[in-house]
Amino acid sequence: MAESHKCQICGKPATVHLTQIVGSKIHKIDLCEDCAREKGVTDPEGFSLGEIFGGAHAQQTGESLVCDKCGFTPKDFKKNGLFGCPDCYVKFAPVLEPMLRTMHRDIVHRGKVPARSLKKMSIRGRISAMEEQLDLAIKDERFEDAAKIRDELATMRKSMKTETK
Amino acid sequence: MSANNPAIEQIFRDGGINGVDASSRPVVFSIRMRLARNLAGHRLPGWADKTARAQVLGECFSALRGVEALSGAAYLMMDELDEFEKLALVESHLISRELMASKHDSGVVVKKSAGCSIMINEEDHLRIQMVRRGMDLEALWKNIDAVDDAIEEKLDYAFSDKLGYLTACPTNLGTGMRASAMMHLPGLCLAGHMEQVIRTVAQLGLAVRGHFGEGTEATGSIFQISNQQTLGEDEGTIIRRLANVLSAVIEQELNAREKLLEEKNDKFLDKIGRARGVLQNGHLLSSEEAMDHLSLTRLAADMGMVPASWRDVADRLLVETQPGLMQVRAGAEIDPARRDALRAKIMREEFAQMPTLTHINGAMSANS
Repeated sequence: MAESHKCQICGKPATVHLTQIVGSKIHKIDLCEDCAREKGVTDPEGFSLGEIFGGAHAQQTGESLVCDKCGFTPKDFKKNGLFGCPDCYVKFAPVLEPMLRTMHRDIVHRGKVPARSLKKMSIRGRISAMEEQLDLAIKDERFEDAAKIRDELATMRKSMKTETK
Repeated sequence: MSANNPAIEQIFRDGGINGVDASSRPVVFSIRMRLARNLAGHRLPGWADKTARAQVLGECFSALRGVEALSGAAYLMMDELDEFEKLALVESHLISRELMASKHDSGVVVKKSAGCSIMINEEDHLRIQMVRRGMDLEALWKNIDAVDDAIEEKLDYAFSDKLGYLTACPTNLGTGMRASAMMHLPGLCLAGHMEQVIRTVAQLGLAVRGHFGEGTEATGSIFQISNQQTLGEDEGTIIRRLANVLSAVIEQELNAREKLLEEKNDKFLDKIGRARGVLQNGHLLSSEEAMDHLSLTRLAADMGMVPASWRDVADRLLVETQPGLMQVRAGAEIDPARRDALRAKIMREEFAQMPTLTHINGAMSANS
């Protein structure tokens, strides 16, 4: 949704909304397109994302993050705003959120899911439903049912592992 | 040279934009979509060494060869192409300038009859692109979605339940989809309303760019309008918003044109008349100047000042007289000065038969 903020520099309607975390404080900045451009916020080569990303992380943790899979660091991200490998998203997840909020409508995927993942997800969904059933069976002291459900769960967990490979 | 590269020759033999529904329309040239996809467990192209890039390129090429929808496609390695051949691919919107500039172990798979090209080792491992005429974004999504499904059967995509398709740049996360329309907006340009349109469209989370994408000029009043955000909404919602904005922009453009006609704006009529004059009589034409005049000719056809078939001619020449494509056609490098002369000669021949311009109401006749 379009927000009716004003640019904090010149007062024109703001179209660029930045959220920056410094220490434990969240700073929100609203800029108009011209001021954003002038400050290099919309320029991927400029300070923008990398600055926010690296800055937020350093302030938050005081240590350097490195992706275990590919050796990528926030400093590398600063260079051109691109990640090193898909696993970087797992490693850098904690500092990623404020940046994603400045870029997208929301931070949760609602679009297409590839068939392979859909399979995994549907098994995952079934597993969590069965876990609930298991809890309920134990609570109701239906131990025979519980044992049956536990066996089924074990089979499903195994099949999820093999399909993930 | 094209003679030495049958794949390049195959791609450009047919000319035109694409095989799919080849008739031209007012205001919208074409719509296109691209999906950014990466392979799980591999370093992304910008962070991968030569060996890793070569491995991904090999895996992708061999996987794509097994996709039925891509049968008969051309497989091109970027480092085996001449500069002007790469340029021709950029001008045809089959590859990006980034892929053209990429250092090594990148490639493209082109199935021109389906309007489909797949770049490998650009910013992401795979950039699946599709283009078609007209405005049917839903149909285009259906087509590209099917190709994506077929590729996914062969390759394990990097995907997260929460963040969607994992892309090199976080601006493409989620759907990894960029949908866009190539728009011809001379009315809004001449009326001086373009800046306002760009601002309004930006406020809706969409971007307006020049002819060749990010950071390029809008020569010939040609603009690309596309979605900016990819995470937080499904593809259908993004496409519907884009379609609504496109309809609004088309309406504004048509209103601006009508106004120009109503006012019998001399400046406007003069521009169209001069464009015809230069195309029929010029002897040196840079590609930028040619684009501007072809753009005005297209406008004249849209407005009924010349028969609509001239729009097809203008559209074809807008592509064919780009520097890279001219050299591919000639099968050799041609220096810029000779290109400008050759371009003017092509225009003189093509437009020799173009009839006198008539105003819709018969109020204007350029030659009388």
